Amino acid sequence: MSVDDLIRQWSECVREAAACGQALCLRGGGTKRFYGRPERGERLDTRACCGIINYEPSELVVTVRAGTPLVELEAALAAQGQMLAFEPPHFGPGATIGGCVAAGLAGPRRAAVGGVRDFILGVRMIDGRGEVLRFGGEVMKNVAGYDVSRVLAGSLGTLGLIVDVSLKVLPKPVAEASLRFEMGEAAALHQLNVWGGRPLPISASVWCDGILELRLSGAAAAVEAAIGRLGGEHIPDAVAEVRWRALREHTDTFFAGAQPSSSQPPLWRLSLPSDALAIELDGAQLVEWGGAQRWLRSGLLPDVIRARVAALGGHATLFRNGVREGAVFHPLTAPMLALQRNLKNAFDPAGVFNPGRLYEGL
Amino acid sequence: MGEQSGMPGFGRTEEDFSRVDVRRLVQALLGVLPAAHVLHDPEDLRPYECDGMAALRQLPLVVVLPDTEAQVVDILKICAGQGVPVVARGAGTGLSGGAQPHRFGVVLSLARLNRIIAIDAHARRAVVQPGVRNLAISEAAAPHGLYYAPDPSSQIACTIGGNVAENSGGVHCLKYGLTIHNLLKVRGVTIHGDIVEFGSLGLDAPGYDLLPLVTGSEGMLAVVTEVTVKLTPKPQLAQCVLAAFDDVVKAGDAVARIIAAGIIPAGLEMMDQPATAAVEEFVHAGYPLDAKAILLCESDGTPEEVAEEVGRVRALLEQSGATEIRVSRDEAERLRFWAGRKAAFPAAGRISPDYYCMDGTIPRKRLGEMLQAIQAMETKYAMRCINVFHAGDGNLHPLILFDANKPGDQHTAEAFGAEILELSVALGGTITGEHGVGIEKINQMCSQFATPEIAAFHRVKAAFDPGGLLNPGKAIPTLNRCAEYGRERMGAGQPVAHPDLPRF
Repeated sequence: MSVDDLIRQWSECVREAAACGQALCLRGGGTKRFYGRPERGERLDTRACCGIINYEPSELVVTVRAGTPLVELEAALAAQGQMLAFEPPHFGPGATIGGCVAAGLAGPRRAAVGGVRDFILGVRMIDGRGEVLRFGGEVMKNVAGYDVSRVLAGSLGTLGLIVDVSLKVLPKPVAEASLRFEMGEAAALHQLNVWGGRPLPISASVWCDGILELRLSGAAAAVEAAIGRLGGEHIPDAVAEVRWRALREHTDTFFAGAQPSSSQPPLWRLSLPSDALAIELDGAQLVEWGGAQRWLRSGLLPDVIRARVAALGGHATLFRNGVREGAVFHPLTAPMLALQRNLKNAFDPAGVFNPGRLYEGL
Repeated sequence: MGEQSGMPGFGRTEEDFSRVDVRRLVQALLGVLPAAHVLHDPEDLRPYECDGMAALRQLPLVVVLPDTEAQVVDILKICAGQGVPVVARGAGTGLSGGAQPHRFGVVLSLARLNRIIAIDAHARRAVVQPGVRNLAISEAAAPHGLYYAPDPSSQIACTIGGNVAENSGGVHCLKYGLTIHNLLKVRGVTIHGDIVEFGSLGLDAPGYDLLPLVTGSEGMLAVVTEVTVKLTPKPQLAQCVLAAFDDVVKAGDAVARIIAAGIIPAGLEMMDQPATAAVEEFVHAGYPLDAKAILLCESDGTPEEVAEEVGRVRALLEQSGATEIRVSRDEAERLRFWAGRKAAFPAAGRISPDYYCMDGTIPRKRLGEMLQAIQAMETKYAMRCINVFHAGDGNLHPLILFDANKPGDQHTAEAFGAEILELSVALGGTITGEHGVGIEKINQMCSQFATPEIAAFHRVKAAFDPGGLLNPGKAIPTLNRCAEYGRERMGAGQPVAHPDLPRF
């Protein structure tokens, strides 16, 4: 079947679902099914709509169909010395770019370069009326109309079915090096913020169990100069590559305890101001993104965790395991929840797409 | 027009607000604001009759100048209660008429909300009120070695609230991003008077990420009352390479070559020969006047990094056939290189009584085509156009030179501009890269978007502002307007420059 036929078929399917009140569960590789609230509805597999539509390395833009495997896209970019700068986690072999956008999750480079939404330039999507809509485009600067495409990042498929997406890509850094320091949590948080205020090419950071690791990326001269300024112990490149990948994919020892089979406490993702002090909650902790993302494995009551994180100016997500039928994402204020409900209704008035995956009623 | 039930503004002509009772409105506003901050005498209203797009003038009924967020809430509740349109305004430097008053509405000036609330150097963020000027943030952050990266050319005057409303860019956004990439949190008030925070002090917020929706929404979704921006460490060094070319297409190729080599310059700007001549006469930057195009390519970072990048850029420019290459030897020379580019608008104003600035963005590789087409249009409309580009991101600022006092010139300039914008869309780009749609490009929205997208935009608007009171008539055309515009264009019988390109 041609892609055009497929899109027509999907539109028809959405229209029928809307007419009879049937929910659709949008799924690509299914690698992030653990995330968000439980799936509901009849499965719509997005993987048939795949392939790179347009890739112009000198324009720094790729347009790709949503069902394209992330590995395939990343390989095509790597062949031209480019990358998805937000380093999306795959969380499994079949991850698709559509799922990556819908989940809105970014990896270790997030604090340095931006998140998924920062690299979205445009989308084509099917809304809850079965209409095919195109927002944004393939150019870097575009302020015509509301920037709907970026809102899809992290919307968990609840606003529409992404058909294809245009993304800004970046050249891979010429040089990278990783460093290791022995440091307590408070000192590490302080130091990360101090370094963040200096023109240093830090592209990733992680603190866990008294060890702070940094990755530097950029021009060879800049990386060399930064190594000289920062000190620390040099981590061999091969070891470092495995380390950052394991961190991104949650396969390292800290996250291993949070895999589905485990009887360990659930895994929380805490989004905080980078300068927020140590959160001081019972459980194991790992700090990323210069202090702006912290992971907590803890059996504490959700309300206790949320209250502490909110007091520090952040929000908490029940990332893996735990009770997923309740509030997985941080509760919204009443006016914000009303806006979000209105927006959901604007795109999906019949509640066809992934109902309840993000919040009850969205 | 499809199903439009229950949605205001859909498929109808623009809302009719003529029944607004100005006396009742002023009375209510005087209940929440000091009399000096409620302007309704025509003389007092005059300074607000237009923004940077001075060709469009309209007096509002009332201008209000709140001092606090609480007053903004009160004003919006009054306007919502009485069904009065509200046009938020910063410094009024916008070029697309986005802050043009509504004849039956209130102009909500945020100029008095102009305090820098906090500069937190450790966390690299600034909390400011919307009326703070863009450059004032960088000045306040400078003692800490930090700055606010987006630098629209009007940065000495434009306010951060206006930057949020337009998602402003600048000459450094290829490397440092647009306004949206440099925001952490925007606090705003909805038309209902609810205070809402978009984004957070962290790097994300729960639920739908509405920060990008509000950013660039031209005051149509909420009124901004506080902005938390990211501050960036100042690069140790910046150096600028100036290259001359005997052919604009070669200059365009040089841009593609630099990007393809994996270099993201801090700035990458281009000017054609007429633009170069105009600015040289004005600022004496020492530009080569015989060149058909000049490129400015800036590198910033550590001294080692800059030396490495400048070396690579120089080699690529040579390979691309540059006829002359100069590297700034010191800060004074770097600023001189930039002085001309930054003075393009005033220089245009010097050689022509009026100019009309366009703002399309196209894929970089179509630059040559666009320039040739603009040349043909100069002949067709018998009007000159000088071209400055943010070449690195494909954002064009053709400046159409005309004389508004000559009968018909204004109209011809508008037609010229409209054709450039429509060609931008046809070449795979957009009608506006950073100046916004406002009222100026409202017709061209109908070229860029089809009916379902326009309808979707109206639904987004209604999700925030069901009564359509925030900046009505801007940014998103009604479907009727698009239908009429389509008929006009088809019926005008004008020769179409590119008959093979898809239209409408």
